[in-house]
Amino acid sequence: MSDPMGTIAQDAVLLSASGVSKRFGGVQALRDVSLTIRRGEVYGLIGPNGAGKTSFFNVLTGLYSPDEGRVTFDGRDLPPGVPHRIAGAGIARTFQNIRLFGAMSALENVMVGRHIRLRTGVIGAILRTPAARAEEAATEARAHELLRYVGIDQLANQQATHLSYGDQRRLEIARALASEPKLLALDEPAAGMNATETAGLRTLIEKLRGDGLTVLLIEHDVKLVMGLCDRVAVLDYGEKIAEDVPDVVRRHPRVITAYLGRQADPEAA
Amino acid sequence: MTLPGDPKLRARLGIVLIGIALAVLPFVVGANFGNSWVRIIDFALLYVMLALGLNIVVGFAGLLDLGYIAFYAVGAYLYALLSSPHLAIAFPAVFASAPAWSVWLVLPLGALVAGLFGVLLGTPTLKLRGDYLAIVTLGFGEIIRIFLNNLNAPLNLTNGPQGINNIQSAQIAGQSLGRSFELFGLQIPSVTAHYYFFLALTLGVVFICVRLQDSRLGRAWVAIREDELAARACGINTRNVKLLAFGLGATFGGVAGGLFAGFQGFVSPESFGLLESIMVLCMVVLGGMGHIAGVILGALLLALLPELLRWGAAPVQQWLFGKVLVDPESLRLLLFGVALVLVMRWRPAGLWPSALRKRELAAHAEAT
Repeated sequence: MSDPMGTIAQDAVLLSASGVSKRFGGVQALRDVSLTIRRGEVYGLIGPNGAGKTSFFNVLTGLYSPDEGRVTFDGRDLPPGVPHRIAGAGIARTFQNIRLFGAMSALENVMVGRHIRLRTGVIGAILRTPAARAEEAATEARAHELLRYVGIDQLANQQATHLSYGDQRRLEIARALASEPKLLALDEPAAGMNATETAGLRTLIEKLRGDGLTVLLIEHDVKLVMGLCDRVAVLDYGEKIAEDVPDVVRRHPRVITAYLGRQADPEAA
Repeated sequence: MTLPGDPKLRARLGIVLIGIALAVLPFVVGANFGNSWVRIIDFALLYVMLALGLNIVVGFAGLLDLGYIAFYAVGAYLYALLSSPHLAIAFPAVFASAPAWSVWLVLPLGALVAGLFGVLLGTPTLKLRGDYLAIVTLGFGEIIRIFLNNLNAPLNLTNGPQGINNIQSAQIAGQSLGRSFELFGLQIPSVTAHYYFFLALTLGVVFICVRLQDSRLGRAWVAIREDELAARACGINTRNVKLLAFGLGATFGGVAGGLFAGFQGFVSPESFGLLESIMVLCMVVLGGMGHIAGVILGALLLALLPELLRWGAAPVQQWLFGKVLVDPESLRLLLFGVALVLVMRWRPAGLWPSALRKRELAAHAEAT
């Protein structure tokens, strides 16, 4: 197994997972997965259906606790299985099947995303103290800013479920950005998008990278991943079978096998 | 009729008019219909408080609670114990004389204790939703009632099914609200004094609800209602935020319970049955879940409508058929049930739903 930990300067590493395993009954969803995400890169995680990509994601964001292994983020161990603390540590995510707060407006969705960075409690809210009022105003301004950033500020007062599919994806990204993440984790953001929407998504992710954000991208669209990511890891049956720059991964024999199946062996016939 | 154009001015004018109407209401009603109707309005105000408390749990946070009346019971019994001779009679060794705590101490204490009970109920149900949560909360409500019914032995804490009587009315500025008194040359009957007392506290509850709704916390509650998993991923500590909903909701119930005990002068477990919980839930649902104005409307309607039906059923029958065919008491329940069914059929989001909820239901209808 490759261990890049030794070769990369410690401060360049944002996230490192080591030996992460997760079992669901008889199914080994993740087996001893280790990988390293560096600051400022777009890191792709690909693999066939059921390879464990989303499971890994859920471990990372605290929705699952791993059976073994640990995740270090920004120099500290992540508390396993506590999503709100992981969000506080600086990992924000989107969902494969969009999960917005449907009845709320786009703006309110982004404002909820900022929850972890706000301090107003019950008393502050009831008395509407100057601090609470200032915080509320700043939150709204910031939410507008983020909507503008992803390009849907004109839809701020629309109900989330009334947005088009592509705009809902953008809104989810804006909501994730509202928590001021150091790592933005996108779970199949291009799923169900048409070519134009995918191109727009690609531009957005490149803009995020340009602004110095680290992005973890799970994706089915291999073309998008190969074109966009700085490095790619491939999962198959819960195991990491490759991790490298896209050009190397593309030609990796185990990756080809995982995606296309084993070539029939003429000798065995 | 012309109204001033400026919406801010119009809103202010509306508030002033409502204020005047609320201020003169008990005198107008008392003079024209008798004090028993003022008494009914007093009870309606208590129901408004209860419905607003439950609205935090059910309407905002989306947690179905069928045992809410338990908190009302907790507040009522706490007030009863601290303002009646019961403890002195049951435990003469401990209490030399009947405790007579100030209402300004008993109400906050009742709110606090009820809030603690709310957290107590919330803790084991954190991972439950929908039907499962409903069943646990229903059980909780029944447990409290059964405890009240049976805690007369070995220690006579609640006096069992007989309940506690001789509860003192609230005293404000040395004046007991239990008797009529004179103020500025005006004769204030007890029910009217209670009306103003309840109204002030109800307005306080409304104020708190409005402020909470438009805050970080209110948004977090709605986020949990909409999608709990996404709410957690957004960094919301769902455990604390849910417990806060349970606790705060229960707090209002505790205050209303204390007021009820002081007003009635008597509490017994009978007043805190499952049907009462359902009634308060109906107020929330019928009025418009999650919408403060709608919930107030629902509470007022459901508290006043049965009384109106009781009052009107006999004369109307007399006039229509020349004699009373159906006992007004049973007719009242029948019409009440029919009204509920009709509202839910034609206005599933409630009589006065929030814009948000309306959108949500419309989206559901589109999806199916």
